[in-house]
Amino acid sequence: MSRELLVVQRARKSFQTGKTKPLEYRIHQLKNLLRFLSERRSDIADAVKRDLGKSAHGTELFETLGLEGEINLAIEKLAEWAAPRPVEKSLLTIFDEVYIQPEPLGVMLIIGTWNYPWAITLQPLVGAIAAGNAAVIKPSEVSSHSAKVMEELLPQYLDKDLYPVVTGGVPETQELLKQRFDHIFYTGSSTVGKLVMAAAAPHLTPVTLELGGKSPCYIDKNCDIRVACRRITWGKFVNCGQTCIAPDFILCEPSIQSQVVEEIKKCIKEFYTDNPETFEDYGRIINQRHFKRLMALMEGSTVAVGGNSDESQCYIAPTVLKDVTEESEVMKEEIFGPLLPIITVSGVDEAIQFINEREKPLVIYIFSHDNKLIKKVIAETSSGALLANDCLVHYTVSALPFGGVGNSGMGCYHGRHSFDQLSHLRSCLIKQLKMEGVNSMRYPPHTAKKLGWARFLLKQVNMCRLRRMALLATLASVAILFSFSIGTATAF
Amino acid sequence: PNGEGGRCFLAVVVIQPVRYGLLHPERKAVARARKAFETGRSKSLEYRILQLKNLQRLFTERQSAVSDAIKKDLNKSEVGTQLYETLGLEGELSLAIKKLKEWAAPRPVEKNLMTISDTVYVKPEPLGVVLIIGAWNYPWAVTIQPLIGAIAAGNAAVVKPSEVCVHTAKAMEDLLPLYIDKELYPVVTGGVPETQELLRQRFDHIFYTGNSMVGKLIMEAAAKHLTPVTLELGGKSPCYIDKDCDLSIACRRVAWGKYTNCGQTCIAPDYILCEPSIQDRVIEEVTKSIKEFYTDNPKTCPDYGRIINQRHFKRIMNMLEDSTIAEGGDNDESDSFIAPTILRDVKPEAKVMQEEIFGPLLPILPVNGLDEAIKFINKGEKPLALYVFSSDKKVIKRMTDETSSGGLLANDCLVHYSVSSLPFGGVGNSGMGCYHGKFSFDQLSHLRSCLIKQLKMEGVNSMRYPPHTLKKLGWIIWKMYNNKAEKQGCFSELMRS
Repeated sequence: MSRELLVVQRARKSFQTGKTKPLEYRIHQLKNLLRFLSERRSDIADAVKRDLGKSAHGTELFETLGLEGEINLAIEKLAEWAAPRPVEKSLLTIFDEVYIQPEPLGVMLIIGTWNYPWAITLQPLVGAIAAGNAAVIKPSEVSSHSAKVMEELLPQYLDKDLYPVVTGGVPETQELLKQRFDHIFYTGSSTVGKLVMAAAAPHLTPVTLELGGKSPCYIDKNCDIRVACRRITWGKFVNCGQTCIAPDFILCEPSIQSQVVEEIKKCIKEFYTDNPETFEDYGRIINQRHFKRLMALMEGSTVAVGGNSDESQCYIAPTVLKDVTEESEVMKEEIFGPLLPIITVSGVDEAIQFINEREKPLVIYIFSHDNKLIKKVIAETSSGALLANDCLVHYTVSALPFGGVGNSGMGCYHGRHSFDQLSHLRSCLIKQLKMEGVNSMRYPPHTAKKLGWARFLLKQVNMCRLRRMALLATLASVAILFSFSIGTATAF
Repeated sequence: PNGEGGRCFLAVVVIQPVRYGLLHPERKAVARARKAFETGRSKSLEYRILQLKNLQRLFTERQSAVSDAIKKDLNKSEVGTQLYETLGLEGELSLAIKKLKEWAAPRPVEKNLMTISDTVYVKPEPLGVVLIIGAWNYPWAVTIQPLIGAIAAGNAAVVKPSEVCVHTAKAMEDLLPLYIDKELYPVVTGGVPETQELLRQRFDHIFYTGNSMVGKLIMEAAAKHLTPVTLELGGKSPCYIDKDCDLSIACRRVAWGKYTNCGQTCIAPDYILCEPSIQDRVIEEVTKSIKEFYTDNPKTCPDYGRIINQRHFKRIMNMLEDSTIAEGGDNDESDSFIAPTILRDVKPEAKVMQEEIFGPLLPILPVNGLDEAIKFINKGEKPLALYVFSSDKKVIKRMTDETSSGGLLANDCLVHYSVSSLPFGGVGNSGMGCYHGKFSFDQLSHLRSCLIKQLKMEGVNSMRYPPHTLKKLGWIIWKMYNNKAEKQGCFSELMRS
């Protein structure tokens, strides 16, 4: 029996004891998770520094701060999220209790990724715990230091049977995927996303896939290019471009290309100094394989800014490529690195066409003062999300569902959406064993007369337009009239 | 012979016509649907409403053609067809037409201090081309209801009715193109090979109603294209009858829920769980209702249906083998007729308990009370529906709290299906995703997050840019924890920061 099988079995057994049902228990676990993040701040920062070269403050800003916000939100709102949700009544359900009851799904599998190893692995966990599930956590082996810290420390804060951490590489993940889960939450590439969904199919396990793609960034020539480029520079080079929602490439008119290059160059200097290689807040490429991949992507394109690299350090400078075409290497896959290609287009129409020729991305960025232009891009494209005049920050608005569409993913999360995604929203209709007379019109023999009555009743009557008493009176008289007309005794 | 005393051999080579297009109408239909979708004509709400209204007209103008086909497929009466197939559809169509503007409008979301001067909303958008695979038991209802959602959400949809309900599939193929856009919403008929060919194409969503086994294959096929799926599957929906409730009414409702459409309903009460002390009474009451609904001779009653085909007839008859018949049991293979049947003292190992019955056999499994019933239910896969008959709120609450199922209905059968404000769908083996009413619209839309900021207030952003100092971090933390400021008056906060 494999280790993975045993872990999943134990998680299921633990789930079946029912201990995650009470909200108090879930809140207790969430509070422990919060304690973990504050007490182990330096262990976490240390691990991320070794994995990605990120500074301690950078880790707090981009990994743990957001997590803490989500945990606090879940703790504050859990009672509201988990409560039965009444739904609109109709004439037919006027005496009944009609509501949707959120319920745990069971045992989840969370497969994390390496670029924001804590944020991306633990944020789904927050939703899983809040929704009352057990969850097997599989951090990415690529961010090996973070995976180790998670494996060692998480069990000291969270129930280790309910929320076990399973480390390992491809074979271990494959073994996990053979087990039966009630939901699989995967963050990573589209290629592996397909394999995860295919593995989920034999068990009819629903999946949330947070994938990627090439997120386009259109800059209108008539906007404040200086501010636009500042925000784009920040969005691109955070974490060395290793962000699923980084602006992948820029589309703009040829007339502003030089200005865009200049402004980005200025910002790179401002953010990362003249020598990003020695600067604390500029990261590294995760490993050699990705370093080589990125260096190969640069081939054939003109470097306008940066371009220098150091393989021994997995360092690639913040780089801007100009006059890039769609056939360039750098346009063949999601970059996921600090290379910012600029492709010139004749205007927003061509930009839209370019975007629509490709897979739906995780996010589309548009920089413009012109609301009409923004609306046009929204109306004529599709993407997981759309953000105008900034980068990345839609991620932090927990009221907005975060997820992809098409090749960029399925399902969504953040805030309450995490809770809902990892719950079963069960329809509940509680009727009474009374008013049987009203039911007679549905029983055989099916006469045209009965059908007429059924038609009348099945017309949706909006509760708020009629006073309850009037509805009651209507229903009562209908039932009486009906039973007289078919000559049966009313059985109220 | 070659005329010289020898022989020539003439080789006959048959060149197979190019299969693309000509012999693969499925690919052509999908390609045409995608092209039609890309023209953008399904974007406008007026266009969608027009299509929905045309669909409404189909059901009023072609009522008899629809009923006729159902009668041939399932021996359902005309009134029965209206009651169980088209009435619900008409309701959903009216609802979609009335509410479309509201459903399709941008949905503003809660703002916080960081988004106070921004426009923040969720925008519903079409997904693209949807594949709808229907089932045979309520062929119109389960094939057209997802179509309503698909049209309302602005998608194109390839409609694949079940080949098992032969006459209805033909009626759909003939009639739908006369009423709705035949490029956007093509009907593709056929059996397994045609469905497999369809599943090789790329869709933006697949909506399947049927059994769990095929559901797995659908999901596997969808995985290759990263196509999200809605699977409305089945299972054994348990029905617990509390001994202290009004058995006469309870059994009436159970009998109706069970024998409608000859038990061929995904949410039919599959089997009964009750205490041994009331088993006889339950049998008696259900029998009474059977007689009341279907007369002493259900075979001749126009409101009692037939099993869809021989294969299912045999499948259901086999299930009777190791159980005791308390009522019914008579059958006629030539007519695919099986009488409303009750089985008593059924054991968990019995054949009839090994798969979803989907037929007019109602097994009763005696249990020692609610605890045992809950335990039994939880041993099986999560069902599509769970029924509990009791006047005791505590019993209902326990059943709700200690089990899981797609939906839960207390003190009646089936009717949660017609409450469009309740999401209809399964969980676990009984399915994923849900629909009905606005849920259909949402399920077949992409709910796109939109955040429209302005190129102003750049000063505020400086705390996020490198170098990441402790001071900047402190500001951000302060801002985050004061995010609820909108309740206390945000403008002063904004001025301060």
